[in-house]
Amino acid sequence: MNPATEELIPVHQKMEDEVKLHSFRGSPYGCRVEIALKLKGISYQFIQEDLNNKSQHLLKYNPVYKKVPVFVHNGNPISESLVIIEYIDQLWKGVPVLPQDAYKKAQARFWAKFIDEKCIPAVFKVFGSHGDEQDVAEANEQLQFLENELSVKGNKFFGGNNIGLVDICASYIAFWAGAAEEALGIELVTKDKFPKLKEWCDNYINCQVVKDGLPPRERLVAYYKWRFGKA
Amino acid sequence: MANEVKLYGIDESLFVCGVKTALNLKNVKYEFVVEDLSNKSADLLKYNPVYKKVPVLVHNGNPISESLVIVEYIDEVWKGVPILPQDAYEKAQARFWAKVVNDKCFPAVVNAFSSNGEEQAVAEAHEALQFLENELKVKGSKFFGGDNINLVDIAATFVAFWIGAAEEALGIEVMSKHKFPKLTEWSDNYINCQAVKDSLPPRENVVAYFKKRFGKA
Repeated sequence: MNPATEELIPVHQKMEDEVKLHSFRGSPYGCRVEIALKLKGISYQFIQEDLNNKSQHLLKYNPVYKKVPVFVHNGNPISESLVIIEYIDQLWKGVPVLPQDAYKKAQARFWAKFIDEKCIPAVFKVFGSHGDEQDVAEANEQLQFLENELSVKGNKFFGGNNIGLVDICASYIAFWAGAAEEALGIELVTKDKFPKLKEWCDNYINCQVVKDGLPPRERLVAYYKWRFGKA
Repeated sequence: MANEVKLYGIDESLFVCGVKTALNLKNVKYEFVVEDLSNKSADLLKYNPVYKKVPVLVHNGNPISESLVIVEYIDEVWKGVPILPQDAYEKAQARFWAKVVNDKCFPAVVNAFSSNGEEQAVAEAHEALQFLENELKVKGSKFFGGDNINLVDIAATFVAFWIGAAEEALGIEVMSKHKFPKLTEWSDNYINCQAVKDSLPPRENVVAYFKKRFGKA
């Protein structure tokens, strides 16, 4: 069980609301949802899944992908982290995850999609190939778009003064990528190449709700050494 | 303030048609700017520097890319016929299924055709389409959106129109009426919606496009 760290149940969460999150510790996608829940001050039950032995519940709740995270609200399941986060944002008021303005909202969705479809796969590929030159070049090209976006907007976060959907979506880059870089001795998101992005990483992982949602770094580094490490 | 709406695209792109359908549903007047994808305009490259693709919607000078992002934007800005449900859970389900269509079904179907009907590729396409078939069965409604089309129907435009055209162009069967009765029925209903009909290019153009793109040498 891993209830949110808030001591008081916020008034906008009903006493009878049952909120569960099926995930596994260290999942970057599961963490996204946890950060959004913590931002809203929503209490939830964390259900640890063993990905080699998925629970009957998980398979029933997400028959299409059979993946985590799966969010279950009063028995109603929702899959796909970004879909879950938008649901959370719509249902529970308080700190907004998405902007109100339709155009800014569309921009946030665009960047979240870009991070998921282009950025993260490109960065992940670098670790899988142990820093192959072509893969690094490709990852740099995608990361440059994020660097430019931060430069152009001139804000502390992609969401402005406070974190939003895009920041949460980019959690992998802020934390998981750094752990993998350390595990493999690869430099990818460096201050030299991506000063704005590096600064954003530091600011992002220092937000309280983010800190509360992240797994222990040493364990992640050890995991990556095992997963990607040379024999 | 004047409402200036431009849509950059090509007639044959199913993603562009999805956006056109959304605009039609809302009765939005727009200017269609035809792009030559082998010689993209300076405007397109400026408006979509990340992907350099169509469709791009430009509303009062503000560009938006990615068809499903555009469709959601259209739904929020222009009232009238809703494209997404109001209820938060139903909205989440619609977004989930639109993602399944886009991320799972579409690549699997493209692969079935581009591999020239290779057995494994077709099997994977069937597996992906079966999820949609089951969803229609479970829902028991005319469209994924119920009595009216919604985001999921629009995302699945390629199923309703492009699969048939590609099958004809390449002589490969991917979605038979026998295997996918609900999807076939849904396809007929979908392409007969006025907002959709008005967005679709002539079928023979799409068949010709597929012959060129995937056809044997």
